[in-house]
Parts: sequence; C-alpha cells; structure tokens
Amino acid sequence: MIVADKKPVEEIIDYVTDCKNILVLGCNECVTVCEAGGKKEVEVLASTLRMCFLNQGTEVSIDEITLERQCDHEYLEEIRDVADRYDAIISLACGVGVQFMAEKYHSVPIYPGVNTCFLGATEKRGLWTERCQACGNCMLAITGGICPVSRCAKRILNGPCGGSSNGKCEINKDLDCAWQLIIDRLKALDRLEDYEKICSIKDWSTDRAGGPRKVVREDVQS
Amino acid sequence: MRLQYPANVKIIRLPCTGKIDLIHILRAFEKGADGVYVVGCLEGGCHYIGGNLRARKRVEQARKILDLTGIGGERVQMYNLSASDGPLFVQYAIEMNEKILELGPNPIKLKKDAAA
Amino acid sequence: MSVKTPSKLEKILSSGNLAVTSECGPPRGSDPKAVTKKAEMIKDYVDAVNITDNQTSVTRMSSLAACIHLKLMGVEPILQMVTRDRNRIAIQSDILGAASFDIFNMLCLSGDHQSFGDCPQGQNVHDLDSMQLLQTVHLMRDEGKFLGGADIKRPPQMFVGAAANPFADPFEIRVPRLAKKIASGAEFIQTQCIYNVDKFEEWMKQVCDRGLHEKVYILAGVTPLKSVGMAKFMKNRVPGMDVPDDIVKRMADTPKEKQPEEGINICVETIERLKSVEGVKGFHIMAIEWEEKVPGIVERAGLYPRPEIGAEN
Ligand code: SF4
Ligand code: SF4
Repeated sequence: MIVADKKPVEEIIDYVTDCKNILVLGCNECVTVCEAGGKKEVEVLASTLRMCFLNQGTEVSIDEITLERQCDHEYLEEIRDVADRYDAIISLACGVGVQFMAEKYHSVPIYPGVNTCFLGATEKRGLWTERCQACGNCMLAITGGICPVSRCAKRILNGPCGGSSNGKCEINKDLDCAWQLIIDRLKALDRLEDYEKICSIKDWSTDRAGGPRKVVREDVQS
Repeated sequence: MRLQYPANVKIIRLPCTGKIDLIHILRAFEKGADGVYVVGCLEGGCHYIGGNLRARKRVEQARKILDLTGIGGERVQMYNLSASDGPLFVQYAIEMNEKILELGPNPIKLKKDAAA
Repeated sequence: MSVKTPSKLEKILSSGNLAVTSECGPPRGSDPKAVTKKAEMIKDYVDAVNITDNQTSVTRMSSLAACIHLKLMGVEPILQMVTRDRNRIAIQSDILGAASFDIFNMLCLSGDHQSFGDCPQGQNVHDLDSMQLLQTVHLMRDEGKFLGGADIKRPPQMFVGAAANPFADPFEIRVPRLAKKIASGAEFIQTQCIYNVDKFEEWMKQVCDRGLHEKVYILAGVTPLKSVGMAKFMKNRVPGMDVPDDIVKRMADTPKEKQPEEGINICVETIERLKSVEGVKGFHIMAIEWEEKVPGIVERAGLYPRPEIGAEN
C-alpha cells in the first residue's frame, strides 16, 4: 500500500489560516490502514483546527467527509454538489488523491494533509517500512524476493557494498542490509550459487528517470 | 462508603479506559470542558491487558494537541488506581479540580461566550 | 596476465614486481598545492597514487582535477570514481576526460552513503553500481563503445581496479564477491586496511583455492595507526574494519609519545608478513593525512627503490 505520515498541524494551519469554510477530506484506503488519513484522523484534525480557530476567536466552519477512495473518479464525484462551498479542502489522501481532487475541482484550493512516504507494508501497528519503488521492471525473481532498489540505501544491484556490517546497513544500525537479506534468502532457497550471476546494467527508463509513466491496457479499455 | 468528591466533576463510565478515543477527549474540550481526566486501573492490572496503557498514550496525544491549540495540555491528565480505592479516587478528583480552578476556564469557552 | 594498457602500475605488476600505491585526498578548496605537496612527498616511493573521490561523501576538489595535477607533475594517478554522484552520462564523460589527459588507472567504487558527509540532504544517483562501472570501463576500452552502442574515437586505456574487503559481512560471500568483481572486469584489487593478518590469510587461501589470484592483482591495504585512539576508533566505529585486540593492546601499552612510531612498526611488520602470502602482488599504503610517513614505511619494508618502468605517453 501507499504509506503516508501525518503532516505537522502547524503547517496545515498555515495553509488555511484565512479560510472560513474548510473541508477535511479523508480516504478509506491506504491512508486509513496506515492511520494517517482515514475517518479517525479526519475527526482529530478537524477538531484540532476548530479548537485552534475558536481559541483565536475566529469563526470557521469545518466539515468532515471521508471518501471510499480519492484516486477514483467515481468516488470523487460524491462531493460534486458541496465542493465549491469551501474555500479550502484539506485532503488526507496520498499525493495521488490530492492531485486527483485538484484536477477535478478547479475553483477550490486543495491542500495536502499528509506526507506521502513510500510503497510499503505494516510490520506491526505503528511501524511501516518500504518495500518497493515502482521501478517498472521488477527484478525480485533474481534477488530471492527482496528488492535491492527500494531496500538498499544505494540501490546496489550487485551488492552488498563494503559497509554492510552484522547484517545491518552502513547508514543505520537499525536498518537491515538488503543484501544480507538477499543472501540469507538465497541460502534458504539453496540458491547461493545464483549470487555470482552478475546483474547487468539496469534500464531505468521504466523508473522515475523515464519521466511520468503510464500504463496503457487497450485490452481492458471500454 | 460515602465519600464526597467535587460537584463539578462529571463522571462518564466506561468498561475500560481502553475504550477512550483521542477524539472523545478532544470533543469534550471543543464543547467547552475545562479539564478531562481519565482514571484507569493500575498499570499491569488491566482486565483487557493493555487498555489503560493505550488510554495513557491517547491522553498524551490529546495533551500535545491541546498545547498546540493554545488550550493547554495540563488540562488533561491520566490517573491510575486500584478499583477498590475510593479515598484515592476522591483525592485525585480534588487534585484535578484544584488544578483546573487554578488554570481557569477553557479559553475557547470564554471566546465562544464573548462572541455570543 | 598480458599487458593491456599503457599503465605503469600494470607494467610493474605484470613484470612480477611487488607494486606500491598510496593515496591522497584532495583538499576542501581549490589550492592545487594541497595536492601537489602531498604527491611530492611520496612520488619517488610509490608507483601510483589513488586520488579519492569525495571520500566519506564530504565535498572536495574533484578527483579528476587532482589526478590531472599529478599527471602534470609526472606522477601516475589512479582515478577513483564512485557511482554515488554521477549517472552513466557523467561517468562516461569523466572517463573520456581522464583519458584525454592519459590517465591510465581507475578504481571503481560505489562510495559511502551521502548521509555521512556534508550534504546529507542531497540526492544520490547510483545509476550504475561498482561492478557495472567496471563493465562500463571495459566496454569503452576493449570494444571502443559507449553504453549507448556508438563508437568512441580514441577509446580510453584504463587499467581498472576495484576495492575488496576481506573482513566484510556477510562472510559467506567474501570470496564470491571478489569473483564477481573479477568477472565484471577488475584487473587489480586494493583491499581494505589489514590489521588481522590471520583472517586475511584465510581469505587469501580461499581466493587462491579458487584460482582467483591468477586472474587479478591483489594489493594488500595497510594504514599506519597514529594512536591507540585511532586503533579503537577503527575497531569500533568503522564498519567492516577488523582490528584485533592484541593490536589495540600493543598501542595502548605504548607510551603516548611513542605510539605513532609503534603504529608505523606494526605497519612495517604487517607488510613484511604479507609479502610471503600467496597471491599478494603489492601494497596499498593509505596513510590518512600522514603522507610524510609513506617514504619511511616503504624503505623500512624493503620496497625501495621502486622499479624504473615508465608509463608510455
Ligand atoms: S524491483 Fe522494482 S518493481 Fe520490484 S519491488 Fe523493487 S522497486 Fe518494486
Ligand atoms: S550496507 Fe547493504 S543495504 Fe546498506 S548500502 Fe550497503 S549494500 Fe545497501
């Protein structure tokens, strides 16, 4: 899923400081799972903003809505009738949702309410870690199912570097060295000899490097 | 045992403090409460294992938000006591009451009243 | 191994002499004397000098520019290049730039992570990794081609090397990793500083058992310790460094003012011992900000005078 983290409330207050009608808009998908932008977080942010404004003696109306998804036309339509009532919408969806909102509703400023962080997994409640950088050309088949692109601090495809120490990455003792994980996994699969296959120079044109990407599937288009 | 506690404390009963959500505490302040305190079982003595520990975390989150909004984090407090300890319950009620009297009313209540 | 480039280092190695290299870190400024002064001190005692490339991710004068200064004073440079800061366009371009000054040696590295340096908020590139960089240099040199497939006019003639750490984790792949670097095109190897000679010997034995020592020239890395503090720092703080307790103790048992001398004694003894290890073809003396000690170490280790083999120009 897409993992996001809360934005500091001070920053959000700065965006909407002169607004009178604000909508805090949550999303029921990834950001709900990572507890950054679901219904609960919408409630807390809205309440916090209300108290802030009340305490400043300014009267601001703050509404709360949480959509099923903000990255889908269909669900965004649900606020068609109310959107232009607001002079600011704070979207707690990931960056995709925020932009999709902005593309759909031209006259209202849409502000991000979370920091979108990475594609990752919930290791346990309150701990999310990165697993994929969407390089567009998945190489997990040759790395024992562990991604060096997203999990090695230097994206080394023929690792490890000289900094791997006791299974940890040189940049941080709390971070597993991706290449240690890959080697452990190859060993467990009895495929350690595969380690000696050299990974050739990667075509990064399917990655961010190639510019904004598109997936076109005519077979499923209507 | 009939013990007297300050009359301006309004008690909300819950099966376990773990039921409290951050938003419940915030809503109370939004509506004008001057203080909120949560009384849970002793740490380690939760019937649901960690309910009172979760409650403490939420109280801490509420405290941060109240500081940020200028209402004041001291207005929210977590206490722990054993379920049978009536006198301590009263003592905490008095303590909290005194603290709130000292802090004065919730500033947003004052602003609301002034605006009305 | 037949000679493939005009590199003096390659010639010395292929002639069967023990090679000696050292390194200089470029300055945090633009004064060329900061490079040439260091080079002047050691030039008659070593065959070639590595110039580090923004080592530990701290911004410094470019390795290529410093190499050119060396070249102009008649010292043979080894251009270090990390993959952290350049994409494949910049890498190929810098290789050509180096070749235009007839720089004939290159060491391919991935580089320390930028979080260690003075720009922790910067991006890193890592378009290629160090093994892919080795492959790139070979493609450019041996096939005369760019990565994009076009021909290079006057291809570079680089003797290419890589680093190896005989003490690195995970231990299962210490030797396979070397094999991979050789398969990627490494022709010489400069190792991490060696303090634990027993462990190094074990590694070399496995290297020789696989016949890898026939395929690559291995230069054993040594660094003289200046003090017990440095010994402890290397032992505890530098990832992948193995400083045995008896070395730390030997430094600690030496009075403070004698410690630099003792550090050099250890270094010379280490070289003496490593000379008889099968597969060791030379030494890489990294005297970090202590270049003035290199001549003494080379002399005492019986590696002076250096053979008279010039690079072709
Ligand atoms: S190889 Fe690419 S697609 Fe596969 S997990 Fe890694 S970043 Fe994602
Ligand atoms: S220590 Fe491991 S994870 Fe960290 S940069 Fe080196 S190879 Fe990558």
